Amino acid sequence: MLEIADLHARAGGKDILRGIDLVIKPGEVHAIMGPNGSGKSTLANVLAGRESVEVTRGTVRFAGRDLLALPPEERAWEGVFLAFQYPVEIPGVSTMYLLKAGLNAIRKHRGEPELDAMEFLALVRDKLKLVEMDQAFLNRSVNEGFSGGEKKRNEILQMAVLDPKLAILDETDSGLDIDALRIVANGVNGLRNPQRSMLVITHYQRLLNYIVPDRVHVLSGGRIVKSGGKELALQLEKEGYAWIDTRADGGVKPAPAPTR
Amino acid sequence: MDRHPRGRRRQAGTGANPLKTTKRKRVSGGKGPASGKRAIAAKRAAIDTPTPGTNAETAPWLSAFAALEHDGWLRRDRWTAPLRRAALDRFAALGFPTTRQEEWRFTSVAPIARVPFRPQAAYQPNGLTPEQFERFTFEPWECSHLVFVNGYFAPELSTLRSMPDGVRVMSLAEALRTQRDAVAPHLGRLAGTDVNTNVFAALNTAFMQDGLFMEIPAGVAVDEPIHLLFVSSPHGRDLASCPRNLIVAGPGSQAAIVESYVNLDDGARYFTNAVTEIVVMQGAGVDHYKIEREGPAAFHVATVQAHLARDSRLASYNVSIGGALVRNDINVVLDGEGAECRLDGLYTLSGSQHVDNHTLIDHARPHGTSHELYKGVLDGRSRGVFDGRIIVRADAQKTDAHQVNKNLVLSEEALVDTTPRLEILADDVKCTHGATVGQLDEDALFYLRSRAIGQEAAANMLMQAFVSDVVHRIKIAPIRAGLECLLFTRLPREHRREAHT
Repeated sequence: MLEIADLHARAGGKDILRGIDLVIKPGEVHAIMGPNGSGKSTLANVLAGRESVEVTRGTVRFAGRDLLALPPEERAWEGVFLAFQYPVEIPGVSTMYLLKAGLNAIRKHRGEPELDAMEFLALVRDKLKLVEMDQAFLNRSVNEGFSGGEKKRNEILQMAVLDPKLAILDETDSGLDIDALRIVANGVNGLRNPQRSMLVITHYQRLLNYIVPDRVHVLSGGRIVKSGGKELALQLEKEGYAWIDTRADGGVKPAPAPTR
Repeated sequence: MDRHPRGRRRQAGTGANPLKTTKRKRVSGGKGPASGKRAIAAKRAAIDTPTPGTNAETAPWLSAFAALEHDGWLRRDRWTAPLRRAALDRFAALGFPTTRQEEWRFTSVAPIARVPFRPQAAYQPNGLTPEQFERFTFEPWECSHLVFVNGYFAPELSTLRSMPDGVRVMSLAEALRTQRDAVAPHLGRLAGTDVNTNVFAALNTAFMQDGLFMEIPAGVAVDEPIHLLFVSSPHGRDLASCPRNLIVAGPGSQAAIVESYVNLDDGARYFTNAVTEIVVMQGAGVDHYKIEREGPAAFHVATVQAHLARDSRLASYNVSIGGALVRNDINVVLDGEGAECRLDGLYTLSGSQHVDNHTLIDHARPHGTSHELYKGVLDGRSRGVFDGRIIVRADAQKTDAHQVNKNLVLSEEALVDTTPRLEILADDVKCTHGATVGQLDEDALFYLRSRAIGQEAAANMLMQAFVSDVVHRIKIAPIRAGLECLLFTRLPREHRREAHT
């Protein structure tokens, strides 16, 4: 599904990613954990195609295609979805309008007929239940005046509607209280299937109690310094990130201890 | 939208008089030294005295007037002759404005002044058919459409539906001939008040051709809007047209008037110089729409002058889409207690278009309210000017005035000058103003693209969203829909070019 090899990237004049290698197979859920500044969000942005991040070396193949050669919208057409850490407020554009335009662009790309307003509404109503959202959300401007929890639920709703092959969840748990976290996690779990891969980026192990990953990777200094099963997350929870750095090679600078 | 422009911004400081606020922002989309070089010196050119243009510029107009006079043009409405001659004299004395004059410092009318434009002497049907105007009538919009071709009423192209009893609707030319008693007390009284500085209004008064005369008696509400379609079809001549409208809304009456300015010969050079006078009597309400869709080489200057009596209301919508060089002056005097005006404006510019909107809201009496929202989208090398002057006179206590001008600059070379001018002479008032110039929000653009929406569609969506609040204020549904459609098909074209650079 996703093959990342020797990926280096720069943003804001700094080298952030310094050689990422990662393979995710169809249906697998991988978690990326790491301290602040380790490059987690940069990795998510590179995969989604943000232009302010410059790839300096390496390759990313997605479903057999060179992902890095595609603009962001074409990545979405191919089935890449990024749930943003900080969803953007877009006054004047309704969630309904955004989602219908997005879904129909994907359907057009797949050679499927576009959905009309009624068909779209039927589809999206079904998905609203998944994240326990009211239909009134659809007519509001995208994320405008939404609470933190509403924004994150809106991200999962969009993921449900756009039906991606690879979902990247960038700190979807940040800023959520326990109820919102449960709703978001239930939504994500409802979307797990043998064809859909997920990359769950998080600072904390808490989210992984709800979304149980197949593999856990620890990112530090722009590299994956350790990989393991879901038990690795528990170890990180118990021991913090400090111990990782002692095992990382010399070029990695010490990361701050996690704050809880 | 991004509130933090990348471009340079310079502001002239607040004047020494604490009651007088003049801030000027000039921002281009660019961040390179080129835009910096074009930025103004903070020093204000305090030259308010008109400098007469050269005789060479006024001479063609004077000889055009003499020729019309010789041909008996003035005989149709002989009583206006003194008014016309006096206006022509003022025009000759003042000459075309120059950029040394404060009101014109960002807009040079030299391109207009150097062409010997000629007004047409009478209506010529030109073989036009209603089908040619269909795209300009906001179909399916059932209302009265009055068509004016090159400044003159075209009865065979127009449809006038039934009006409530007592409402007078006719072409101004006819009113000048037959309704002198109704017209004379108002004609030129409003546009005439500032004629010492408004040369173009004087020029219009001298040459005024035709337009709408509408008089609504007390207490009558005209539910259906009246659409005035001013068509220019110059056929290669350097044609000038001088439309003139007079709307007199009696006490407690209601009406909505829509002016559209369009052309049929794309690419032809011509000049529209329009004046609309609106008298809003006690407790009356008028909605006035002006939708400028002139041709790409057209010059368009227009003055809307409104006088509001006690407890009356005016809503002005000023949309500029076409034209090479456009100047609008919207002047409103709130001359009665509790009067209210709302000025909404929208301009979408591309190529080398230049659009200058000057608004003047004169709060002369207490308890007046004014709300102003002008928004612009600028692409290419276009240039936008907004100058919003609000006067609150010493007598106008409890005035509530708000002004906002927001601009979205899509290219490096587009430029905006925005100047709020508040002159507050009363001490118990609420006045706010704000101006922004920004680019498309990159984060929002990326967000939309990550949701499978193509770059051009995403940019277009954001532009639509930017202007949506102004568009949604338009109460006439077919116009609102028509404008959304126009903006949708028009905005992205140039953005595509920008996006790929």
